[in-house]
Amino acid sequence: MPSDRPVEARGLVKRYGAITAVDHVDLTVEPGDVYGFLGPNGAGKTTTLRILLGLIRPDGGEARLFGRDPQHELPEALDGVAGFVETPYFYPYLSGRKNLELLAAFDLDGGSARIDQLLELVDLRARANDRVAGYSQGMRQRLGVASSLVRNPRLLLLDEPTNGLDPGGMRDMRTLVSRLSGEGITVLLSSHLLAEVEELCNRVAIVRTGRIVYEGMLSDLRASAGTNRYRLRTTNPRVAQVTLLEHSEARDVSLAGDELTFSAGEDEVAAISRALVGAGLGITALVPEQQSLESFFFELTEGEPVEAAA
Amino acid sequence: MTGALIAYRWELRKLVAQKRTYIGLGAAALLPVVFVTVMALQKGGPYDAPLGHNLRRTGLALALVVLNFVSRFGAQLAAALVAGDIVASEHTGKTLKMILTRSLRRGQILAGKTLASFTYVLATILVLGAAGLIAGSAAWGFNPLTNLSGVRVSALHTLWLSVVALGVFALPLIAVAAFAIFLSTWTRNSAAAIVGTLVYALSMEAIAGLVHQPWAQHYLLSDQFDGWHGLFMSPIDWTPIARAAWVSAIFAAVPLALAYGIFRRRDVADD
Repeated sequence: MPSDRPVEARGLVKRYGAITAVDHVDLTVEPGDVYGFLGPNGAGKTTTLRILLGLIRPDGGEARLFGRDPQHELPEALDGVAGFVETPYFYPYLSGRKNLELLAAFDLDGGSARIDQLLELVDLRARANDRVAGYSQGMRQRLGVASSLVRNPRLLLLDEPTNGLDPGGMRDMRTLVSRLSGEGITVLLSSHLLAEVEELCNRVAIVRTGRIVYEGMLSDLRASAGTNRYRLRTTNPRVAQVTLLEHSEARDVSLAGDELTFSAGEDEVAAISRALVGAGLGITALVPEQQSLESFFFELTEGEPVEAAA
Repeated sequence: MTGALIAYRWELRKLVAQKRTYIGLGAAALLPVVFVTVMALQKGGPYDAPLGHNLRRTGLALALVVLNFVSRFGAQLAAALVAGDIVASEHTGKTLKMILTRSLRRGQILAGKTLASFTYVLATILVLGAAGLIAGSAAWGFNPLTNLSGVRVSALHTLWLSVVALGVFALPLIAVAAFAIFLSTWTRNSAAAIVGTLVYALSMEAIAGLVHQPWAQHYLLSDQFDGWHGLFMSPIDWTPIARAAWVSAIFAAVPLALAYGIFRRRDVADD
């Protein structure tokens, strides 16, 4: 039954012999999300996207795209859905424009009227009539995005869209994804690049060896990565150090240069700030010291297996 | 336009854009010219071949004699070159996942590929026929032909019969192409599909030559390549022509059904 929820997957499993590539994966992508599907290479991201696009059959579980099952309701389940898995490939002996015309014809919706506009959008207008065989990796990636947009999608599934691009190409691709998201397209983006997901996504699922180890808002993930350690800068670090040491609630106080670090609970920090002001000090910075998201990500994806988070 | 016809139209465009397509067509166009050239350089000729005694008397015989020669190997190779590649190349080029995530059904896409392969087979035979007619007529004139029953047939009637003969010859060749499509789908490897198709065709030749049983003589695909000979009997013998039609239909339907079953359910991963 059709629904407004772009992606809903429950208990997806895909095995290749003894290897479980996708291990009971649950995904929920809400309308308007830019959803990051984050994990190291070989974690099962592409296999999951293949299942969602109906390219492979899962050994267990079920997926729905706007309420329709891509395993049993193709091609209807892909109405309003577009994307590519791994590097987008095209017919090298046809021009970029001809490739898009072919795909528009295969979409049955007369998307060919948008081709010039899309070529402009992905900055390929000047090379549109050249054979794809002569395209660079970045041009093929951009043509891949254009080929997805020919369908005028509500949901875009992008698998490592910046893979193989130079820094400029990566920047352009991320700008394009942001722009598409701004136009109301829901995006499910797989990536092994944390920075990319941080930059583009509002929600994230972190996958490791086929299993989801974290799923939720990116802001919650950042909070999860935090600790009870704080950094403090004041107008007089020495006096501040003494004040902290005399204040029984602050622990592990250390001074490095002009900056103090200490451990304390959130309520205790409020009392500490009052004590510092009472000592006649001006506070220039008092911020929680966060474990970097990157190290938290590595902890999730490289450490001992952990149970899936909320 | 239905999905299968859309796929068919684009498969034809893709074939037009590929060099491989022109290998078979070029060979079909050149073969009659080479034949005439060789005949011009020597006194003898393949006079024992069906209708071969007409060579040097009428150019209308050339295309028909060439059909006899290509029926053992060349025609099958031309058909396999395209049909054996048409699905496998989507796997090796990794384009299958691109077209399978659009709005056409897998069956429609395979139907388009099948129709395009069959069109290529017909085009190859037509090119061979046209090149044979032009080269033969230029060398030996547009004259009446003496058929296999020894009856003289007017040039215009022979021309009409030749067109029908090309169509009858196409029937088993379409069945060969169907087998190539099956191998192309199953193996996902163009070279394996092309070589496998040739082995398949040659195996039938060998069986027909070695096994002296009625089923081996009449109901294998190899024998159907001679079905058109019935057109050049007086009166026309429709038995081998009808047999060429239904035997070829069976030999085409089975591999196509298998190909459909595989293509419809196959996982598409880059393995």
